[in-house]
Amino acid sequence: MAVQQDDILQQVTSAEYKYGFVAPIEEEIAPIGLNEEIIRYIWERKGEPEWMLEWRLRAYRHWKTMQEPRWAKVVYPPIDYQGISYYAAPKKRHVRSLDEIDPEIRRMFEKLGIPLEEQKLLAGVAVDAVLDSASVATTFKEKLAELGIIFCSMSEAIQKYPELVQKYLGSVVPYTDNFFAALNSAVFSDGSFVYVPPGVRCPMELSTYFRINAARTGQFERTLIIADEGSYVSYLEGCTAPMRDEHQLHAAVVELIALDGAEIKYSTVQNWYPGDREGRGGIYNFVTKRGICLGKESKISWTQVETGSAITWKYPSVILKGEGSVGEFYSVAVTNNFQQADTGTKMIHIGRHTRSRIVSKGIAAGRSSNTYRGLVRILRSADHARNYTQCDSLLIGSSCGAHTFPYIEVLNPTAVTEHEATTSKIGEDMLFYCRQRGISEEDAVALIVNGYCREVLSHLPMEFAVEAQKLLAISLEGSVG
Amino acid sequence: MEPILIIRNLRVAIEGREILRGVNLEVRPGEVHAIMGPNGSGKSTLAAVLAGREEYEVLEGTVLFEGKNLLEMEPEERARAGLFLAFQYPVEIPGVTMATFLRTALNEIRKVRGLEPLDPVAFLKLARERMEWVDIDPSFLQRSVNEGFSGGEKKRNEIFQLLLLEPRLAILDETDSGLDIDALKIVASGVNRMRSPERAFVVITHYQRLLNYIIPDFVHVLYDGRIVRSGGKELALELEERGYDWLRPDSEEVILPTVDER
Repeated sequence: MAVQQDDILQQVTSAEYKYGFVAPIEEEIAPIGLNEEIIRYIWERKGEPEWMLEWRLRAYRHWKTMQEPRWAKVVYPPIDYQGISYYAAPKKRHVRSLDEIDPEIRRMFEKLGIPLEEQKLLAGVAVDAVLDSASVATTFKEKLAELGIIFCSMSEAIQKYPELVQKYLGSVVPYTDNFFAALNSAVFSDGSFVYVPPGVRCPMELSTYFRINAARTGQFERTLIIADEGSYVSYLEGCTAPMRDEHQLHAAVVELIALDGAEIKYSTVQNWYPGDREGRGGIYNFVTKRGICLGKESKISWTQVETGSAITWKYPSVILKGEGSVGEFYSVAVTNNFQQADTGTKMIHIGRHTRSRIVSKGIAAGRSSNTYRGLVRILRSADHARNYTQCDSLLIGSSCGAHTFPYIEVLNPTAVTEHEATTSKIGEDMLFYCRQRGISEEDAVALIVNGYCREVLSHLPMEFAVEAQKLLAISLEGSVG
Repeated sequence: MEPILIIRNLRVAIEGREILRGVNLEVRPGEVHAIMGPNGSGKSTLAAVLAGREEYEVLEGTVLFEGKNLLEMEPEERARAGLFLAFQYPVEIPGVTMATFLRTALNEIRKVRGLEPLDPVAFLKLARERMEWVDIDPSFLQRSVNEGFSGGEKKRNEIFQLLLLEPRLAILDETDSGLDIDALKIVASGVNRMRSPERAFVVITHYQRLLNYIIPDFVHVLYDGRIVRSGGKELALELEERGYDWLRPDSEEVILPTVDER
């Protein structure tokens, strides 16, 4: 990582959110509001089979009976769920090659530094680009297809692989799970679908770039990843959104399923518009991410770097059902200015000899609020289960807050849980030591923060780690002095 | 030759208490100045103010570093201009490797000197060579800055950084404290290797011991915020023998009663 340092430090010079622009792309937008008519509208536009309509309507009807959760340590004005449009898709669709993609979209991706071009092959990354709600392009499908790996948009999967979708969609996060998951189930427009067949090791990192573009449209992604017996897949999710003055709602659902001996590694760098320095604007990010280690000796690992969004409400979790399965959660959450984050994980130990590891690094600057909320639940059946939790908070300045809410429930006497927590400040001494060696204050903060997060960053794939380091530096600009 | 450092009538306070009460000092290239004095005499304050710590208030006086007004420069500007402080208490920075830290620092300084940044390979080569001079294992480069270092390792690490960054003026703030004789010799030999006609040292120490190995050109006694006596290296030996009290500005050779006499 030392190699990248200069590069990163140079990037720290531009102060405002870099990715705030709106690309003029023709879009088809659903009427504002939510009712059964709108659900039908979405279902029709997407040309889905009948069973999906029923699925969506069930979720919608359940959602109507639910209350928005209020237990998180975040504050925001009430959301008018009837004041949002629930579907937006670029009009030109069904592309077969890169050349067919709307040039505006391609330019936007290029601006974002998303290389949807052939170079991507060299980098070994296949990109399923999601613009607003509908998938625009999927690359390297053929190469993956040779191995029997399915990597496509959720819409396509519903059409082509209905039996897999029906079997697993909602199996980890049912629509009854929570308010936002129910909403997502009712109105989700697209997302990614991955299936890795038994014994196959996916040879490249699968990646998706999400981007919210249309005004006043929420984005409701749905991602489903299934790793069959003895397979391995690493999935990268990276996000940027254009600058907007009004709040935008985002409620994604991600479900991961690992069968016997399978391993899923899911990495996120989230950089949505956090609002301006006065706290105006910014994305509301209410996400439900959960994986299940269904099979023996399976493993699910979440790594996230969260620097964006006005509000983050997110708890990537693992249900450890299979004997000897492993769940991991590595997280860096940065909040600056008026951002609020309430994030953490849940590790539910059901199987014997299951193990989980949680490493959370919260960094708060400006007047932000940064909360870790985690649950480790060891059920009666989970003989010899183990959990290790490390939960660190770093404060920059004196107007921010860091909070930790760890819940540990152990119902099995053979289980072992460990919890370590620290809170520290970037001290004057540390900064001065760096400055005395010729490093500017701003660069020193970036250096110290990156060091603080090293354990988490080291779990990201290399190119993602570099991106994440830059993001950390950028999002903490102007936080000292 | 023009002095590297000129301190004139420097008065400095912290939290309203005056610590330095009119310090004057000139340091020329090639010279080694030792600043000695009892605890609380203002030695470390002097080092801190020269390096640019912000909690000190300069009440009066000027400091010129190579002709420039040092007191108006940010700490990092001073460092890039060639002022180095070996810290009495080096700071730990978890997760940041020595390699990353020092390559970042070195390249900042090289930029000001009009040199190309060193790539990791060239940096490694240079770093290994300099580490050898102070008997530090190359594996240190992959360790977090000062984290888990012993007291002696931290001090040697400071000198290693000095060797790497090649400053014009190096200030050593009680680098000898807490060192055993072997470590002291290593530190001193590192410093001696760096002595040159272009470079100057200000060695702050409580004891004469270090000055057996780093032979100073001048010895100054800082007492109660003022330099009360300056001399050659023999002054250090005299201090070792007689202590500091005979130099108290307001009393001629007052001999304090010992415990037995009281």
